[in-house]
Amino acid sequence: MSYLQLLRLASPETVVVVTTLVVLAIGLRNRQSPGLNILVAVLGLAGACAAVFMLPRSAVLFAGMLVISPLTSLFKVICLLLAFFTLLMARNLSSRNHAEYVGMILLATIGLMLLVGSEELLMIFIGLELLGLSLYVLAAFEKHDIRAVEAGLKYFLFGSTASAFTLFGISILYGMSGTTALAAIAQKLAGMPIEPLLAAGVVMTLIGFAFKIAAAPFHLWAPDAYQAAPVTSAAFIASGSKVASFVVLGKIVLIGLAPLHGSAGWHAMAGGWMPLLAVLAALSIVIGNFVALVQTNVRRLLAYSAVAHAGYTLLGLVAGGREGFSATLFYTTIYALTLLGAFGVVGAVRREMGNDDIRDFCGLSRRAPLLAGCMAIFMLSLAGLPPLAGFFGKFYLFSAALRAGGNHGLLWLVALALFGSLISLYYYLIVLKVIFVDAKQETAAVAAPQLDLLQRATLLALAGAIVLFGIMPQTLVSRILAALA
Amino acid sequence: MIAWTIYITFAGAVAALLLPRGISRWVALITTSAAFAISVAAFFSNIEFAQFSTIVRMPWVPVLGMNYHLAVDGISATMALVTGLTAVSAVLFSWDIADRPNEFFFWLLLVVGGSYGVFLSADLFLLFVFYELVIVPKYFLIAIWGSTNKEYGAMKLTLYSFFGGTLVFIGVITAYVTSGTLDLTRLATFAFEPQLQAWAFPVLFLGFAVLAGIWPLHTWAPTGHVAAPTAGSMLLAGIVMKLGAYGALRVAMNIFPQGFQMWRNWIAVIAVIGIVYAAAVALRQRDLKFVIGYSSVSHMGFVLLGLATAQALGISGAVLQMFSHGVIGALLFAIAGTMIYRRTHTRDLDALSRMSLSTALPFAAFAFVIASAASMGIPGFSGFAAEITILIGAWKAYPFAVWITGFGMVLVAAFTLRALRKSFFGDTPRLAGNVPALEPITFPEKLGAGLLMLATLAAGVYPKVLFDRILPAVEAMRIFK
Repeated sequence: MSYLQLLRLASPETVVVVTTLVVLAIGLRNRQSPGLNILVAVLGLAGACAAVFMLPRSAVLFAGMLVISPLTSLFKVICLLLAFFTLLMARNLSSRNHAEYVGMILLATIGLMLLVGSEELLMIFIGLELLGLSLYVLAAFEKHDIRAVEAGLKYFLFGSTASAFTLFGISILYGMSGTTALAAIAQKLAGMPIEPLLAAGVVMTLIGFAFKIAAAPFHLWAPDAYQAAPVTSAAFIASGSKVASFVVLGKIVLIGLAPLHGSAGWHAMAGGWMPLLAVLAALSIVIGNFVALVQTNVRRLLAYSAVAHAGYTLLGLVAGGREGFSATLFYTTIYALTLLGAFGVVGAVRREMGNDDIRDFCGLSRRAPLLAGCMAIFMLSLAGLPPLAGFFGKFYLFSAALRAGGNHGLLWLVALALFGSLISLYYYLIVLKVIFVDAKQETAAVAAPQLDLLQRATLLALAGAIVLFGIMPQTLVSRILAALA
Repeated sequence: MIAWTIYITFAGAVAALLLPRGISRWVALITTSAAFAISVAAFFSNIEFAQFSTIVRMPWVPVLGMNYHLAVDGISATMALVTGLTAVSAVLFSWDIADRPNEFFFWLLLVVGGSYGVFLSADLFLLFVFYELVIVPKYFLIAIWGSTNKEYGAMKLTLYSFFGGTLVFIGVITAYVTSGTLDLTRLATFAFEPQLQAWAFPVLFLGFAVLAGIWPLHTWAPTGHVAAPTAGSMLLAGIVMKLGAYGALRVAMNIFPQGFQMWRNWIAVIAVIGIVYAAAVALRQRDLKFVIGYSSVSHMGFVLLGLATAQALGISGAVLQMFSHGVIGALLFAIAGTMIYRRTHTRDLDALSRMSLSTALPFAAFAFVIASAASMGIPGFSGFAAEITILIGAWKAYPFAVWITGFGMVLVAAFTLRALRKSFFGDTPRLAGNVPALEPITFPEKLGAGLLMLATLAAGVYPKVLFDRILPAVEAMRIFK
């Protein structure tokens, strides 16, 4: 293994690292150049994307520290795409340190790619930390805004505690199996009874990921971070970070902990990570949906709905197997695109109205029909209504879950998730009602949100993707299934 | 050919949204008329009505076994016909909509297009997509353009529909996961275990029946009908409630026949309670639209009773009743919502009885007499043909239910006559100066009402043309094999 070969296999990450350095250097010389920063960063992401396409079909380096497979390549591209959309939204951030902001997004993107492209616990932990630390900074970036700083601090304290749990859990797993590579762990653990120590290791490892995906009861940071962080940071936390976390969580439980799956079927509960994730899912669905009902701030509402969606997405992992994992990956990808779009709309409204409470959206359909239409698509997709991608995602997830738990054992969880989405329709409709129906307090003085061509194109592209993947889900599903083969 | 009803309607929806607002109503009229013409042509063509015969079949998501698969038989063709009819007259009755007409016709056409889709789907997933597609447009139609308590009514209706959709979702994925297919024809030959049918059938049936206004989950219907704009109520009564009944027949009963046999007595009991209860409640209403709303629930009770008979005649009667009530319900709501309410700004029966509307609006009075006669089941109108068939079918299975239903029909006649007398032929002596100056009935309104009256008369005088198509299709269903 020569360095040249290593560099070639890690070329996407390398390109992003170089881009980060270039952007930071530009920022040192020229503080007022948001356009240039974004341009360089976008070019870098495009280069990284091209590098992903030039990778060999599959390779494994250092016992799984860097894995190249169709799955990792697909999700590296998806992560780059999410970072790309986030950067387009970050153009209007009015900060003196714009280059640093862009640099942080790029660093977080490297974290995402490392997470996605690794099947080894140490490397996964490094990816998690790189991602986490960048996101903490992004959340608290507006350092004169006391609430953003509070959100950042909360996010940091919860996050670092969760990381500590995960590290501890990983060390126990290492102690039990003598290795940190996922595939090797699975071999060692096969046939081993679930001792208390092993159970502690599994639970602690999963806590860190439950925090990352904002599953209840580890979701308490999410409402503050979503509401008070800069809109772009919140969007990236809600999308990119979540996708990568689900990919790596899936790999850990389905590859590394495969022998310990247990069962979450109603009549056949058995110890393992499946009942653990099932409980997390059930709690998230119930807590997320019920608390979202009473929110008055759109971003906070999206945060609680994110908790609920984390619950739905976990159903695929509880189902396990290729189909379940593919359903989870499809759903989380769609969810990330939807939420990016929703945050894009929220950001535009916030620039215009100065805040993002539900009442600030009043009469948006008259002021900005395009924004309102896009928001309707995003909200209805989240609620899971056809012909939008969220509907297909739910159908896929729930049918996979029902099929997996032999003799309809997971019906309880599926029914719970379905009634959760019944509740969720109410609060999504409330947002849409304010946008399309209410127009009472509308004053003539309010100007329409200023959107340049690029932002319109971004929102339209995201909304179009949601409709497209709803009508033709085959395009994405078949790719994910092929990558998992 | 009949598949084009779906495409034309959805294309029209997009066109109505994007084209200038002045012509959106023309777009809607042309679209619905074209789709109606197609459905009429398909209804009178010589396609095989006894079988659910495929029109289009393309792979959609092959990895999961989903196909874009449309088919038609006598039942589908009948339902497509009533959809087209109601849609055209709904557009005619919203001819003077002034507030945001683009969006109005967009949502309206989505409801219509989705309904065509449900009636023609032969793939369970496709059917469910169209079924859920109809939910949200209804919300916006009511919440934006509605009247009395519109936001409450809209939300209630939407959440009830989605609740039904949730139960249907559970039933659909259970059937899908157990049998491994989504093709309705193949599902109709798959042998599900009786234990599974015992719980899956009621879940699926109830999910669909919520939209058909089954007692005691019917309360969305009167509230929603009252809150909706005229075209909204017409679509709700004319088409949307039929979606539920159609789904119950095509999906629930056809996939889980043993479950149906286990539960049909309960369905009959609930149907009879619904008929009598809703009629009794309608008798006490002061708001004309509430009277009609409860009458819808009562009439849909007949559909459920017809389904529960498990007799070819009773089920055919139920399908005929779907057609008949689609026409009559739409007509009643059109008269109450546009001809009366838009001119007098009240629907309170006591207030209306002081207005001598029969002198001011003679055409409306005429139309309302026709609609009331049809609704009461006077021979010669479609309501009679449908209800008598259901009762004949029910006589063999549930003679006692027929007696109670007969009592319910007396109540129906009572509240209909009460509404008719109070709204048009009030107590006020017809003095020359007592007639309020109201805007005369416009031409589009006359056209829309005329279309519906013609349909109920035609189906009442010569129901054979419908029965010839419905009966073979019903006899081909799984429960008779």
